[in-house]
Amino acid sequence: MAEVLDVALRLVVIVAAFLVLPLIVGQMEHKAMAHMQSRLGPMYAGGFHGWAQLIADGVKFAQKEDVIPAAADRRVFALAPAVALVPYLVVLIVIPVGPGLVGADIDAGLFFVLAVMGVGVLGSIMAGWASANKYSVLGGIRSAAQLMSYELPLVLAASSVAMAAGTLSLEGIAEQWRWWWLPWQAIGAVVFFVAGLAELRRPPFDMPIADSEIIMGPMTEYTGIRFALFMLAEYAGIVVLSALTTVLFLGGWQGPLLPGPVWTLIKVFVLAFVVIWVRVSFPRLREDQLQKLAWVGLVPLALLQLALTGVIKVLMV
Amino acid sequence: MTGYFSSYGAVVVLLLIGVGIFAGGLFANRMLRPSRPTPDKLMTYECGVDPVGEGWAQSQIRYYVFTYLYVVFAVDAVFLFPWATVFAAPGFGMTTLVEMFAFLAFIALGILYAWRKRVLAWT
Repeated sequence: MAEVLDVALRLVVIVAAFLVLPLIVGQMEHKAMAHMQSRLGPMYAGGFHGWAQLIADGVKFAQKEDVIPAAADRRVFALAPAVALVPYLVVLIVIPVGPGLVGADIDAGLFFVLAVMGVGVLGSIMAGWASANKYSVLGGIRSAAQLMSYELPLVLAASSVAMAAGTLSLEGIAEQWRWWWLPWQAIGAVVFFVAGLAELRRPPFDMPIADSEIIMGPMTEYTGIRFALFMLAEYAGIVVLSALTTVLFLGGWQGPLLPGPVWTLIKVFVLAFVVIWVRVSFPRLREDQLQKLAWVGLVPLALLQLALTGVIKVLMV
Repeated sequence: MTGYFSSYGAVVVLLLIGVGIFAGGLFANRMLRPSRPTPDKLMTYECGVDPVGEGWAQSQIRYYVFTYLYVVFAVDAVFLFPWATVFAAPGFGMTTLVEMFAFLAFIALGILYAWRKRVLAWT
């Protein structure tokens, strides 16, 4: 009985984090972007700095009419937001926030995370195909291309950490982490983070939803709650990517003075801020530049990191 | 139920919760929303102009070569994971290191070949 309660409590915390953290990141994006671009942004709702704008948006989305175009492939169209969103919730179960503080310690955790995160992109491909809209199809195909190109550097960079730690369990990896892993795994960390950004389709890798070329890509035909769920999936994706980078490359809960979970949260939000910062600072890449960056840039760098990890691990440690 | 599969039990429960969140959101939306469909509203939006022809237009997929590359390399990369956990175990050391370089050489050679064949360029 106690065991069941324990698992239930962990799941409740995970669901709460899944519903709250993406909204905080969204709010942070509103404010950080407004400041970086020297504009106010929404300032009225709720009084202080428009803090209630997100809530107002949520209420609006919840009561909007659900329009499914007559030409669309109804079932796939209706299901796509779930395919985009749910994997990011499931991934959270293996991300540790402190020693022993993890939903379920799966011994192949790293593998599990990479496999499940790949599923999220399928939602975007499904949406693009099912919309029966030429631009959406293009957007979906671009999503597929992006997944194809960036999954490989992501996997290679992640396996470099697995080599360094000698385990696939995320908790084990964070436990093994020492400060000198920072310079040792630096290339891998950058490759992982950049490839992760590309997989989330965040700017500067947002060709699938490039609004000046293909309207809103796969999400063009979506309205109301389904569109909101796609948005939630995007921010949940940011949280998951930041948390993964934290656990794999920044030592997870390790840090002086403050308790472990606080350190995890601090690192996650710093990385989420970087994600937003990158969005504001860089122009969108062209589709062919994107492919080139992956195959000519990130994959060789990831291979270099693998070689470096292997040599140092065998010769020094 | 303890052991290997019990941790995956929690994963399945969380998956069901996720599906529940999605269904709950849609249900709340159904309770709250108006529903007044008109033919104009149900027309594909596309770019704001009435759509011409079918939505599932034929298009050339320019990156299909990348797809082949991806399949080849991703299958290779999967083998890294079981190997990564044991390669530095006592008694392996240099052997696995040499193995690793053979592995990396294969992947690097593949990419170099693709690059020389100019399939990494946008056609």
